[in-house]
Amino acid sequence: MTEPVTDREQLVLDRIDRARRRRPRVREERITMSHGSGGKATQTLVEAIFLEMFRNPLLEPLEDAASLPAGGGRMAFTTDSYVVSPLFFPGGSIGDLAVNGTVNDLSVAGATPQYLSAGFILEEGFPVADLTRIAQAMRDAALAAGVHIVTGDTKVVQRGKADGCYITTAGVGVIERGVTLGVARARPGDAVIVSGPVGDHGVTIMLARGELDIEADVRSDTAPLNGLVTALLDAVPGVRAMRDATRGGVATILNEIARAADVGVLVNEADIPVGPEVRGACELLGIDPMYVACEGRLVAVVPGDHAQAAVRAMRGHPLGTQACVIGSVTGDQPGIVRLKTAFGGTRIVDLLVGDPLPRIC
Amino acid sequence: MCLGIPGEVIELHPEQPDLAKVNVSGVRRLINIGLLSDDPPKPGEWVLIHVGFALSKIDEAEAAAAMEFLESIGQAYEDEIAALRESLIE
Amino acid sequence: MRFVDEFRDADKARALAVKIAALCEPGREYKFMEVCGGHTHTIYKHGIEDYLPEAITLVHGPGCPVCVIPMGRVDDAIHLASRPDVIMTSFGDMMRVPGSDGSFFDAKASGTDIRMVYSPLDSLKIARQNPDRQVVFMAIGFETTAPSTAMTMKRAAAEGLSNFSVFCNHVTIIPAIKAILDSPDLRLDGFIGPGHVSTVIGCRPYEFIARVYGKPVVVAGFEPLDILQSIYMLMLQLSQGRYQVENQYSRVVPWDGNPVALKVIAETMELRPYFEWRGLGFISHSALRVRDSFAAMDAENLFPVPGVRVADPKACQCGEVLKGVLKPWECKVFGTACTPETPIGTCMVSPEGACAAYYNYGRMQRDRIVEVAISD
Repeated sequence: MTEPVTDREQLVLDRIDRARRRRPRVREERITMSHGSGGKATQTLVEAIFLEMFRNPLLEPLEDAASLPAGGGRMAFTTDSYVVSPLFFPGGSIGDLAVNGTVNDLSVAGATPQYLSAGFILEEGFPVADLTRIAQAMRDAALAAGVHIVTGDTKVVQRGKADGCYITTAGVGVIERGVTLGVARARPGDAVIVSGPVGDHGVTIMLARGELDIEADVRSDTAPLNGLVTALLDAVPGVRAMRDATRGGVATILNEIARAADVGVLVNEADIPVGPEVRGACELLGIDPMYVACEGRLVAVVPGDHAQAAVRAMRGHPLGTQACVIGSVTGDQPGIVRLKTAFGGTRIVDLLVGDPLPRIC
Repeated sequence: MCLGIPGEVIELHPEQPDLAKVNVSGVRRLINIGLLSDDPPKPGEWVLIHVGFALSKIDEAEAAAAMEFLESIGQAYEDEIAALRESLIE
Repeated sequence: MRFVDEFRDADKARALAVKIAALCEPGREYKFMEVCGGHTHTIYKHGIEDYLPEAITLVHGPGCPVCVIPMGRVDDAIHLASRPDVIMTSFGDMMRVPGSDGSFFDAKASGTDIRMVYSPLDSLKIARQNPDRQVVFMAIGFETTAPSTAMTMKRAAAEGLSNFSVFCNHVTIIPAIKAILDSPDLRLDGFIGPGHVSTVIGCRPYEFIARVYGKPVVVAGFEPLDILQSIYMLMLQLSQGRYQVENQYSRVVPWDGNPVALKVIAETMELRPYFEWRGLGFISHSALRVRDSFAAMDAENLFPVPGVRVADPKACQCGEVLKGVLKPWECKVFGTACTPETPIGTCMVSPEGACAAYYNYGRMQRDRIVEVAISD
């Protein structure tokens, strides 16, 4: 039974809908931190400036990696920058993020990650010992993921810039299977699966910055997902899409799915895995774990009747032991992500403008 | 209005009587308990935390009473549903 | 999480919903105001309205201390923060509130040193670490937060910190409620009373609502079952012809409040003769300023502050939304010129402002659980 929506309310809902579909435009004169958070502001920036200027069919899908024609087959190509602060944190370092993040972007495109580049921007005065630690971490991560770092670059900037060390990577890999993956392929009836508990990385970084004076045993979930992806694709060749949940969290990916495929997404709060400490920290700060960054979790969209097989396959892999179905793709309310709360009510999960901010109220 | 979270007092600060360490679902933070100086909390007691301060102690008896009331409503509801089901003898 | 999860149980919610529906007189409509922004947030976040029969409407009140800060005060704060010797510290809630020339976030992007803190005490840490700079804490919040600012000031004094001050924008809840009650546009049947403010001021201050205005008040907790139970208690009072102040949140709220907290507020702050509330206009004795005895920590005393009164943009109808006269979507600019990305008014900026809550959480057709529960 539905409450009749008043005419006035419907008018407004339609207006919001039209506004959502309008051509993006960056209204700010200057870049703010919101533009880097993965939410609405980032999306608008990418669409209004980069997509606008560089537009071409290979760029348009705006997936985690571009899928390119190469010597008769297809190749995935991706790039990423790593600017995390602090550089070292429980569970890893900027080096781990750099390798794993790039590997993951390639993996979710259905490619076998093969070769990475690594560009370093170093701040004058940065300890060489720290750089060595970072390089060691990258070596170990590359070994674990089965990739090679084959080219790179180094620049040094004056003291006060670059927060110690920034890393930019690019990665390539061959798409061997005949898979076509993309969030635009999601269809009503599909299941949405997450590979494990959300928010670990973001909370770890927030706490590691030391400004909040909170102690907790949280560790970043940074990990290479190529093995997990292989296990999934072996069991369910018909996977529609996979995404690496990074900044902006799971909520951002769900919105990307809804938008790209013009479908509704309905998830169950009770089914979304969150570690107890992550939950505690988020409750304390008033932040929603759905928007908090991960670095070793994937979100997969699979045909509904293959959901159980997909979960089983992922649970068989060490990085997917807590994989579960969190919701489904629906035909109604296209473009909108809804959450059935543990309490039983329903609400919308929209993109945040910027980073989730701790609140007092 | 304001975000207040229940947390369990784990230990009092050895040197500063105004400070205590609390545990919220495995997350630990030092908070200021100066506003409870009339009846300072002891380890094992629960407090309401707001912006790094304990505003009030959580009265476990009242919490239990609140739960009991809610459970009784829940039970009454279930009894009614059960009665309803039983009465459908077709 | 203890004292949280058990108050989020869906089965108990269904049971309460049925009981609430059973108390509705046929043909009668009920309007309850939840004063507190935190309650608005919970209501939308958990989808509580899905449990209420159509006869009951929740009206969102002005208890959002961020929403009621006039643009001129935001400008004043940014002016202070822009001084090269100043580091401003602020809660996250304030970062996106628009002044006439941008928000704290925008100012930060232009190079102003504004840092987000979780607790006012964190400002003292920054002050100790930066002895050559002046740390100004943007103090906002109702009586819930004022004691924390007060304790921080006392701590600073005890430590002899000379580079810490407060830009005080604390407001008090009772005058706001009174403004609502005296507003001719509103007809309310009862109030869901603020939960955490009451841990400080207690439940007595609301007695005038029952005694003078004849409306029931139930002081409510912040978990979804707390709110449903409070609505149930309000409906029970109405059905029994009672109007009293009741305390649903008794596990946290002492009837007499927290005397220590009230004492430290009184030691460090005093009521301003009047203060401008966004959308509600000037209200007398509704806000706090730093006492003369703590003048060395009063940012308004230490630094020149423009103090220009800035009228709200013409299009902005935050005032009516804050008073509960308009529902968010009834505001002319809701969803068009005024969105979370381009907020005109604070109701859209603050995560607990009614407009932001509705835009982010509530824009859709609802399936009423209560009707389903009854028809089971």
